[in-house]
Amino acid sequence: MADEVKLPADSFEPLDKSKHLDSEKIAAPNLTFTQDAWRRLKKNKSAIIAMIILVIFFILAFGSAFISPHNPNAVNPQFANLPPKWPGVNINGVNGTLVQAGSRVNAYQAAGAGAGVHYWLGTDYLGRDMLSRILFGTRISLTVAVVATAVDLLIGVSFGLFSGWKGGWIDNFMQRVIEIIMSIPTLVVVVLLILILKPGMMSITLAIAFSSWTTMARLIRAQTMELKEQEYVLAAQTLGESSIKIAFKHLLPNLSSIIIIQTMFTIPSAIFFEAFLSFVGIGISAPQASLGTLLNDGQKNFQFLPYQMWYPAIVLSVIMIAFNIFADGLRDAFDPQTKE
Amino acid sequence: MAKYLLKRIFYLLLTLFIVITVTFFLMKLLPGTPLQNQQKLSPTEQHLILKQYGLTKPVWQQYLTYVAGVFHGNFGTSFQFSDQPVSYLISSRIGPSLLLGTQAMILGVIPGILVGALGAIKKNTWVDTSMTVISILGISIPSFVLAVLLQYFVGLKLQWFPIADWGGFAYTVLPTIALAASPFADTARFTRTEMVDVLNSDYIELARAKGLSKWGVIYHHALRNSLIPVVTIIGPLAVNIMTGSMVIENIFSIPGIGEQFVKSILTNDYPTIMAVTIVYSVMLMVVLLITDIVYGIIDPRIRISGKSN
Repeated sequence: MADEVKLPADSFEPLDKSKHLDSEKIAAPNLTFTQDAWRRLKKNKSAIIAMIILVIFFILAFGSAFISPHNPNAVNPQFANLPPKWPGVNINGVNGTLVQAGSRVNAYQAAGAGAGVHYWLGTDYLGRDMLSRILFGTRISLTVAVVATAVDLLIGVSFGLFSGWKGGWIDNFMQRVIEIIMSIPTLVVVVLLILILKPGMMSITLAIAFSSWTTMARLIRAQTMELKEQEYVLAAQTLGESSIKIAFKHLLPNLSSIIIIQTMFTIPSAIFFEAFLSFVGIGISAPQASLGTLLNDGQKNFQFLPYQMWYPAIVLSVIMIAFNIFADGLRDAFDPQTKE
Repeated sequence: MAKYLLKRIFYLLLTLFIVITVTFFLMKLLPGTPLQNQQKLSPTEQHLILKQYGLTKPVWQQYLTYVAGVFHGNFGTSFQFSDQPVSYLISSRIGPSLLLGTQAMILGVIPGILVGALGAIKKNTWVDTSMTVISILGISIPSFVLAVLLQYFVGLKLQWFPIADWGGFAYTVLPTIALAASPFADTARFTRTEMVDVLNSDYIELARAKGLSKWGVIYHHALRNSLIPVVTIIGPLAVNIMTGSMVIENIFSIPGIGEQFVKSILTNDYPTIMAVTIVYSVMLMVVLLITDIVYGIIDPRIRISGKSN
């Protein structure tokens, strides 16, 4: 009892308050949904490479009006079927020579082309520059695919949202409609639509869009049914928010990852359908070119002039591969939990 | 089960009926008649030809005749080949298509399952990586590009197999490979994902803890359980092969219905287009129905009646 500890006030030293306020603070800034996805995507090297390749292709294709060396539709019969020739490079395949009847001939000399004439990827059977045609063809293929995907998105998302939100017999009916559409092979639907709309860029775009929205609609519907049971949606309803506003303010932002992922998978399939139809002969019609029509032209005499088919085939394949890898990467980035 | 089956068959018939109706009226919207060189024929002759095709009757009567005909296997007469019934055109050409489709399905699915499973077992090794690369290529490269590549390298340069035409087994090799590539890639990817999932589950741990050998665990527990969901992708794969067959049959000059379909589109042969559309839809619907039933039988966890998705 006797040993009373004396603690005078001056034995305490006040700490700087402002320093300790920080201990509760989170050092890293809050990441938004997109930033978070971007951070994960950046770690995926193959997806980033694929993205860069796609950006390059988009720039080349849509800048083709300025950068293409020749007019893609200018016919020049004198220089028909010339193989690729790169100035200053003497490697078989890019030096302007061609194997004819077992021996190599200089096709440029045979055609009477001057020393300054060179076509980077050769010319086709009408003497049109292949490089320019491939650039313009890529532009058409990409345009068709992107526009078709946008229309597909619009139909699919609104159909899915409406069906999932309404529920009941409306949902039931709308699902039967989707089931019926899905049990007809997509290509048959596309072909029928093209026959009615007459072949052309517009009809091919619409046909692809109208026949491929069902997957998107089903995904959106399933997710909407889950979301509409969430508290924040119920709260918004209780507060008297209109359905349209709830759809835009609450549902769409929460559906965005599904929408982005599905869109990235739809674009390559649209590119495939466009190329497919043009290849078969019911897609883009002459003089317009797409990767499919170029492939079709090239396939006709690939035995003797294989370069006319290689380059469109390579461009188409690279674009498809890049889109698929990028889409895979985006899926992992936006939705790390999905297993597939 | 019986109730479910009846319901499915009812929906199948309903869908089929809608498909027939829609294609019929779509075709009626299109211009074009079976007449060639219209100017040269007198109106009476034109009328006679149209009458022969039954095109002088009112549209609703034509529709009823058509629907009745379809259920008796009569699809009308081809515009392109005069006097040739469409049903004959199709039945004489369905053989090669079915043969190619079946071969492609087998060649795609079975190696796909094996490769996919191997990728999952050897996860994150070079085996897995090369499997992923191959499947990305298989999914990305369009079948017709692959077909032409095969024609050029294997057919023309190596001369291992005929480039085109239809004869014995050798003629089916290249088209089958071209058709099977994408189903193979799809199956491999799907199986890998499923297998990775299964290998991480508790019952696999238990099987290992019991002291089963590595391959015993994989064969008896992992592979069997990851195979069940693979059945669900058979339907989409069938669509894939049907789509592919149209262009593959063209490239390899195979007398199948895919080639006929493209030809009919290019020549506006409406009766044949309608018939092939119906045949394709029926094939797809039957495949979907069978896979659903098989799925219900092999996976007891699925309550088939309560299934909505």
